Amino acid sequence: MAFETNTMTKDPILKVEHLSMRFGGLMAINDFSFEAARGEITALIGPNGAGKTTVFNCITGFYKPTMGMITLKQSSGKEFLLERLPDFEITKHAKVARTFQNIRMFSGLTVLENLLVAQHNKLMQASGYTVLGLLGFPAYRQASKEATEIARHWLEMASLVDRADDPAGDLPYGAQRRLEIARAMCTGPELLCLDEPAAGLNPRESAALNNLLQTIRRDTGTSILLIEHDMSVVMEISDHVVVLEYGQKISDGNPDFVKHDPRVIAAYLGVEDEEVEEVIEQIEEIESEQGGTQQ
Amino acid sequence: MANVASTTASAGSELTARALREAVFSGLITLGLFVLFVGLKTDQNIRNELILTQHWVLLAIFVIVAMVGRFLMVAYAQPWLAQRKAAKAAAPEVAKEESFFSRNFSKIAIVALVLYPPVIIALVGVQGSLKWVDNFGVQILIYVMLAWGLNIVVGLAGLLDLGYVAFYAVGAYTYALLSTYFGLSFWVLLPVAGLLAACWGVVLGFPVLRLRGDYLAIVTLAFGEIIRLVLINWTEVTKGTFGVSGIAKATLFGIKFDASKDGFAALMGLPISSAYYKIFLFYLILGLALLTAFVTIRLRRMPVGRAWEALREDEIACRSLGINTTTTKLTAFATGAMFGGFAGSFFAVRQGFVSPESFVFLESAVILAIVVLGGMGSLTGIAVAAVVMIGGTEILRELTFLKMIFGPNFTPELYRMLIFGLAMVVVMVWKPRGFVGSREPTAFLRERRAVSGSFTKEGHG
Repeated sequence: MAFETNTMTKDPILKVEHLSMRFGGLMAINDFSFEAARGEITALIGPNGAGKTTVFNCITGFYKPTMGMITLKQSSGKEFLLERLPDFEITKHAKVARTFQNIRMFSGLTVLENLLVAQHNKLMQASGYTVLGLLGFPAYRQASKEATEIARHWLEMASLVDRADDPAGDLPYGAQRRLEIARAMCTGPELLCLDEPAAGLNPRESAALNNLLQTIRRDTGTSILLIEHDMSVVMEISDHVVVLEYGQKISDGNPDFVKHDPRVIAAYLGVEDEEVEEVIEQIEEIESEQGGTQQ
Repeated sequence: MANVASTTASAGSELTARALREAVFSGLITLGLFVLFVGLKTDQNIRNELILTQHWVLLAIFVIVAMVGRFLMVAYAQPWLAQRKAAKAAAPEVAKEESFFSRNFSKIAIVALVLYPPVIIALVGVQGSLKWVDNFGVQILIYVMLAWGLNIVVGLAGLLDLGYVAFYAVGAYTYALLSTYFGLSFWVLLPVAGLLAACWGVVLGFPVLRLRGDYLAIVTLAFGEIIRLVLINWTEVTKGTFGVSGIAKATLFGIKFDASKDGFAALMGLPISSAYYKIFLFYLILGLALLTAFVTIRLRRMPVGRAWEALREDEIACRSLGINTTTTKLTAFATGAMFGGFAGSFFAVRQGFVSPESFVFLESAVILAIVVLGGMGSLTGIAVAAVVMIGGTEILRELTFLKMIFGPNFTPELYRMLIFGLAMVVVMVWKPRGFVGSREPTAFLRERRAVSGSFTKEGHG
């Protein structure tokens, strides 16, 4: 289809091909393919129950897809087939970090400790798998100092430095959302997957979130894949939008294109039964037009 | 009710009137409740006839106690409590400067423990010190060590383990059997016992990794029973319920603690007494317990310790951060079990006799109770809880003065468990998170502030 050519030319970091996920008799995702370009913010949108979070869970290894291939290509050129890795190795080796729709914080640990836990694998190696660290070797002390510095950096980015020594459960909701992103960034990811980062935020917090995401992309070159309902966030910051409905892709392109795609409008607002044919005609018309122009 | 406690005179008399009214009511209720229970009692006389004995005085005491109690409660206690609450709410939050004692509590406690045997000897003499050093000192320290070991599994990693005593048994039998069959010394077998227990920790860990919460608790409980039943039934090796006796004593750099020519007492020019061996054991278990504490404190600052605590808080988030939860859980099980094994081999060397009787479920329950009572994760709290629980049950043996209150037929030993259970309920009502409910953070950017217990989770297994 024509709109798929949008991202084909760029260097993709994530390639999802023919992904299907079946839960018993329910086909949650049906032959879904898309690509996320390196260094871009890709948004995955769709009505409730469209299967967005399921796609995320497949990418981050929390579900094993029924069919399909998910390829992650790091900037070093290394490739990983994510559907074959257990969940923790996807973060550890493939460098994909994620956040959750309902925040999952280590609420009894302080904000700083949350960020140190995120650097577990690096610190584990520095501490000689605990043995050298237990004996008090200086390498671990050095590494933990560096880890604290990284944590401080991300706390500054998320403007949480003043609350570094407070328990994470004590933070207000918006701050917890930012902390979760900071924590994911502390794993040093190449691809950051955010599951509804703006859910429940007020307009000011949501603007701060936009800023944070754009800074992350600009400063670290991390590619971002996000699920979002808040259209102001999606339209403002994403470079590329993929629309999902009933487990199938219905649109894929830049925000402007998606905004005016009649199928997206139909999916979000719904159309009368009599109008269905009309809409399909309209769509075909647009597609034949865009076949030539959209590049 | 509480806001009646104003200072005006009319309110005061009103309060007294209300208190009197309530006192009369509660007196009537008490009378109604107890008149048939206490006031009248059917009995048999010598000719086997049914007679009615009357206890009007006792009934009157019951009623009076209830009335006076209710009066005092309404007229004085409740207003006082309300006033105190109001004053507390009104007073501005003042940053309380911690006293020298509470700041240096652990250092003071360690020094006190090191000085404990000499002080006891000075107070009650060498022979008299036996009871205080062995029954109180060593006994409590064994439980402190066990509870600190279990704390790693339950308090830090949040995995509910009801079969911890199994590792204690593995350690004890490792020393008992290997020293009897192969004549190996305590110092060689101590690490061996720890390693073997850790291996069993991993063996238990593997099948239960997928279980959480109640299911995990049940399986660990079963594991504890399996070990005990194996010890009972594998009679060729373990001698079953007879147990292994005559286990070799530990030596101090090759010096034996016996009455021989080159024994400890003879070498030091001291009169021969078994107290020296007990004092040696006291320092030995003190050292082992402090090692446990040291390693735990150190581990909490290591990535693996933080991963344990993160696991307790949220396992899925852990996996999303690239932490291998399988190995993390296994290390928690293995580390906890290792300290259980150390304590077990110490137990064997101290008793000189082990049998499966010592490793029943009740032991696991007591150790877990100490951890919960002390506050999960807090070393200080757990140590205090061990002193309260083990020392408390021991000290109840000494409370003969209770006979003066409850009459000569009262034997405090019989009520040990009752009093003890009651005390636990009271503590859990008063401090639901244990003695030390807050958590000390392992790293800080500006200042170390304890994390309130209301934020930490107990783990889901």
